[in-house]
Amino acid sequence: MIRRSAIVMGCSAGGITALQRVLPGLDRRLPAPVVVCCHTGSANVSLLVELIGQVSSLPVIEARERARVEPGTVHVAPSGYHLLVEEDLHFSLSVDAKVSFARPSIDVLFETAADAWRERVVGVLMTGANGDGAHGLASIRRNGGYAVVQDPDEAEAKAMPLAGLRIAGADVCLPLDAIAITLNELCLP
Amino acid sequence: MDVEDIEIELFVSAMRLRHGYDFSGYAPASLKRRVQQLVRVHGTGGIGGLIQRVLHEDGFVTAAVEGLSVPVSEMFRDPSVFRALRDKVLPVLASYPQVNIWQAGCAHGQEVYSLAILLQEEGLYERTRIYATDFNDAALAVATEGIYPARDARDWSRGYLEAGGRQSFSDYYSARYEFIRLDPGLRRNVTFFNHNLVTDKVFCEAQLILCRNVLIYFDNALQDRTLGLFRDSLVRGGFLCLGSRENIEFSAVAAEFASVDGALRIYRAGSSARPSTP
Ligand SMILES: C[S@@+](CC[C@H](N)C(=O)[O-])C[C@H]1O[C@@H](n2cnc3c(N)ncnc32)[C@H](O)[C@@H]1O
Repeated sequence: MIRRSAIVMGCSAGGITALQRVLPGLDRRLPAPVVVCCHTGSANVSLLVELIGQVSSLPVIEARERARVEPGTVHVAPSGYHLLVEEDLHFSLSVDAKVSFARPSIDVLFETAADAWRERVVGVLMTGANGDGAHGLASIRRNGGYAVVQDPDEAEAKAMPLAGLRIAGADVCLPLDAIAITLNELCLP
Repeated sequence: MDVEDIEIELFVSAMRLRHGYDFSGYAPASLKRRVQQLVRVHGTGGIGGLIQRVLHEDGFVTAAVEGLSVPVSEMFRDPSVFRALRDKVLPVLASYPQVNIWQAGCAHGQEVYSLAILLQEEGLYERTRIYATDFNDAALAVATEGIYPARDARDWSRGYLEAGGRQSFSDYYSARYEFIRLDPGLRRNVTFFNHNLVTDKVFCEAQLILCRNVLIYFDNALQDRTLGLFRDSLVRGGFLCLGSRENIEFSAVAAEFASVDGALRIYRAGSSARPSTP
């Protein structure tokens, strides 16, 4: 089995609750960086960072442009900016037009993560009421990465996982409570 | 290196060698997305086709620069920043008999007009000259017109009020059909012109420089060059205002700027800047 060394997560409506369920289950020794894109609709990401930081087993910080992607850390995309992973594993930001009505866009994060980490990345697509992230997840799979989609039947908003399954397919489709366990297995040495 | 990355490098070389536009210092991931977008918009089939057109079709470079540039802007984006400019920066600028402001990367000009409104309301506009620059000629043409879709006006009106606006935002435009046209008086003291931050030099002595959401597209070396230009252009104690998610701290010139409001990315040029001449 390929040892995966990075995790990217996307969610929208219902996403904060979903993150609060998944992040506590991640192993504290996880060597992989976790990069999260959640359309919160709020103007300030610091509230989201605080909300999920309170329950996460790993430190949660806002992803800053030009900063290095840190192992064992949850990086959250700032609101109003697309978050991109550069191949030298630094972050960059852009205010390019919205993609599928969203900025930050999960597609943008996932597509650049697919280029940067190739088969080493795991993409996780969870609850949301739109189709953002599906094409990004397809890029991840095309490059040999691993795709996890939340089981649409238990997602607060099904549209996003359904779009992911339709356009990208998935390596596994899991209920929320099983996602962290799988991520630990995929990434722990 | 995969084939697409090689093609992008060839494209970047073609733009530089044939037309003098150097994108080699741009952050690669977002540049790549925009090159892919150019391919789609112009239906060139692939990056190879794009290179052909850049090399052999004289008029195409304008379209290429237009596609690679991201002239996305808003009026009063991050209203708290404009509020701080109004409350903390303009009162200092008021001590100069003549004020020069350089707005670099002005895109479609929304921020230029936002600034002009602030200056007018604070009684400074008459003695101010705003140099608004960008390297995208098509964007500069839109900026000069000052005509925008009416559907944006409501958001902008909210931003204007949050930025401490003293009147009604609608006092500054006339609406016709689906568009608003900003009061042409707002650009009386504005000069729009082409300036490329990668290749061009300093051209004025400024008390305030705004350059928001441009540096995020540059790598460290190009950010350093650009911030160096700003340092050389600012009078001692002059102000620099960057985008809300831009970090000066990774830059070699960081030590030459003092923070006025760190969260809002407002800085002041330190002792090595030009001596001021109020
Ligand atoms: C996203 S817009 C920022 C607009 C505005 N300052 C704002 O924050 O709303 C970025 C602008 O930078 C300009 N730009 C990019 N590279 C440039 C360069 N080398 N020289 C001058 N302008 C550049 C683009 O053409 C684009 O209009």
